[in-house]
Amino acid sequence: MKADPSGVLTGAHYLDGDFACGEGAMAAGCRFVAGYPITPSTEVVERISRRFPMMGGVFIQMEDELASMAAIIGASWTGTKSMTVTSGPGFSLMMENIGLAAMMETPCVVVNVQRGGPSTGLPTMVGQADMMQARWGSHGDYEIIALCPQSPQEAFNLTIDAFNLAEQYRVPVMFMMDECVGHMTERVVIPPAGELECVPRRLTAKKPGEYLPYAFDGGLIPEFARAGDGYRFHTTGLTHDQRGYPVMSVECQQENVQRILDKIRLNVDKIVRFDEEQTDKADVVVVTYGITARVARAAIDLARKEGVKVGFLRLIVAWPFPEKRIQELAKKVKAFVVPEINRGQMLLEVERASAGQAPAIGVPHLGGGVHDPHDIAQAIVEAAK
Amino acid sequence: MSHEREIIDQAEMRSDVHPVISVTPDHEVLVENHPLAEYLRMDRMPHIWCPTCGIGIAAKCFAEALYELKVDCTKVAVVSGIGCTGRVAGYMKLDAFHSTHGRPIPFATGLKLCRPELMVAVFSGDGDLVGIGGNHFIHAARRNIDLMVVLVNNFIYGMTGGQNAPTTPLTARTSTMPFGNYERPFNIPHLAASCGATYVARWTTLHVRRLTRSFKEAIQRKGFRFIEVIAPCSTLYGRLNKLGTGFDLMKYYRDASEIHNGADTRDVQIDFQGKLICGKFLDEEKPTYIESMHEHYRRVLGERYVPMPDTGGWINGQD
Repeated sequence: MKADPSGVLTGAHYLDGDFACGEGAMAAGCRFVAGYPITPSTEVVERISRRFPMMGGVFIQMEDELASMAAIIGASWTGTKSMTVTSGPGFSLMMENIGLAAMMETPCVVVNVQRGGPSTGLPTMVGQADMMQARWGSHGDYEIIALCPQSPQEAFNLTIDAFNLAEQYRVPVMFMMDECVGHMTERVVIPPAGELECVPRRLTAKKPGEYLPYAFDGGLIPEFARAGDGYRFHTTGLTHDQRGYPVMSVECQQENVQRILDKIRLNVDKIVRFDEEQTDKADVVVVTYGITARVARAAIDLARKEGVKVGFLRLIVAWPFPEKRIQELAKKVKAFVVPEINRGQMLLEVERASAGQAPAIGVPHLGGGVHDPHDIAQAIVEAAK
Repeated sequence: MSHEREIIDQAEMRSDVHPVISVTPDHEVLVENHPLAEYLRMDRMPHIWCPTCGIGIAAKCFAEALYELKVDCTKVAVVSGIGCTGRVAGYMKLDAFHSTHGRPIPFATGLKLCRPELMVAVFSGDGDLVGIGGNHFIHAARRNIDLMVVLVNNFIYGMTGGQNAPTTPLTARTSTMPFGNYERPFNIPHLAASCGATYVARWTTLHVRRLTRSFKEAIQRKGFRFIEVIAPCSTLYGRLNKLGTGFDLMKYYRDASEIHNGADTRDVQIDFQGKLICGKFLDEEKPTYIESMHEHYRRVLGERYVPMPDTGGWINGQD
């Protein structure tokens, strides 16, 4: 369905990534945001809290990030598209209820404008070190989807995609910005509402009495019933059967958890998204994401001047990881180079996917700034030898 | 007679009725559904609570209140946290959410704000609501968010095996305070009242009629409504403190309860096996969070203000 025009600020704007993300959320139909102030993410909710009252949206500043995450799950069960926004320390607090959203299969979007960590770290300075936390941060086996924008324009576009993926797969979607993209101001073009596709909540057509909240006869993703529509359903963070009733058994655990893994794992090909350039004849492929992707482009230019055949693969969807594509490339290239603003996180995924067929060389940066392109270029040149 | 027996046996075996069976003087067998069966998930019975536990009584009084008020149950949601009382949502035939430990209040806040037409009740234990969830409790009261919060207080962590709670009276023994508790407990009605709750009551599970009446009142009020239900846990609190059976605990409630409606909540602290001041302590009207939001935005934004639709945010308005 098309976007609600009241949430779409059509036109060309000069916005930072945080504002653009907020605009993307409103354009996607998000009408509930709960959050707790944290640098460098706060501008997202500042933007939203200024515009929500005019479009039927509610923003509430909760007492902490635990509450913010819990509130958006509750809100989502009314069918209202919901989001919370944070950075590292708050992201840590959200992990508990991110697990609940995964288990209850609640569509929602969690924005993390990454800063340097661990702990309080570098509140105003860039980091990309929450990538593994986004994937594994809550306890137990579960799957999420994570996206990484590289510019304010993408912060807008991909936020809409994040909401759409959350609806399609009934998962919490992690929107993994970084401080640089969040605070970088660029031209952002917002199209007319009629050109924006929004995935609506997949509400069940079944009648109360016939409906089971976690029946999945038609596919891996159950149909949704909203609170207040007469279904009088039950849902829980406990392992549950198709009725949403707790069942403490090996068989139920197998059925319940396997399905919430499979709904992502068996749809990986539909979900993965990356930008790929000149990988055909490349000796070295640079795999990166977010702000580092833009720095890496400068490095690639430098390396090409030195005569190295360099390809480029930018993760747009970081989780699920494009394992198959890396496997294919690993057969052809001499090495992968993986610059990122952490000590080597997505590097581990590249390594795992290439399974020893090509080495993966990390170019770490511990945060607070972006790489010097020369450092990445040097790694590329070395790798090509 | 054997024909009667047969009808009774058949009725008892059917899973779709939860029969109240009576036989008329003319030997006619009447099979009726229990009037509260409609409010409970009878397909989940028997419940997990121990014999003599008071949580079921609290849940039953809530169901009774819904029944007596003829509340439209399609517009009531109940949210629980984790623990023994955390299981209440699982047995209520409402839109029911068994959320995470300590978080039912913020979960319920999201539900209420996005579907304001719902009556949202939070049903959870003392450890859940004022232990791990204490921060959410005080802030929800401060905001006067439209929730009916029912806290079943059994003075102990039951589900995990009898550990010390923020409500354990001084000197009471728990599995983690084996030599007696020296940590000062919360006076929860006072906490709720001082943070801004608009309705505050406390009853024990002995006071079923008064408790039901409080539920009925609270359901009809707005804002942050708080009911503390003192409930026996003979399995842990009773056993660890050598207080006898569930029956003995109920006898204690009878002997030690004093009803002081309108009591100053500063005076309702509970001491070990001491006086239990019960009653309706507070019942006042204050603008709720949602009312304040509407009022404020209408004043400053006028016509430009678009409130959240009663049935939820935009995407649903389109179907």
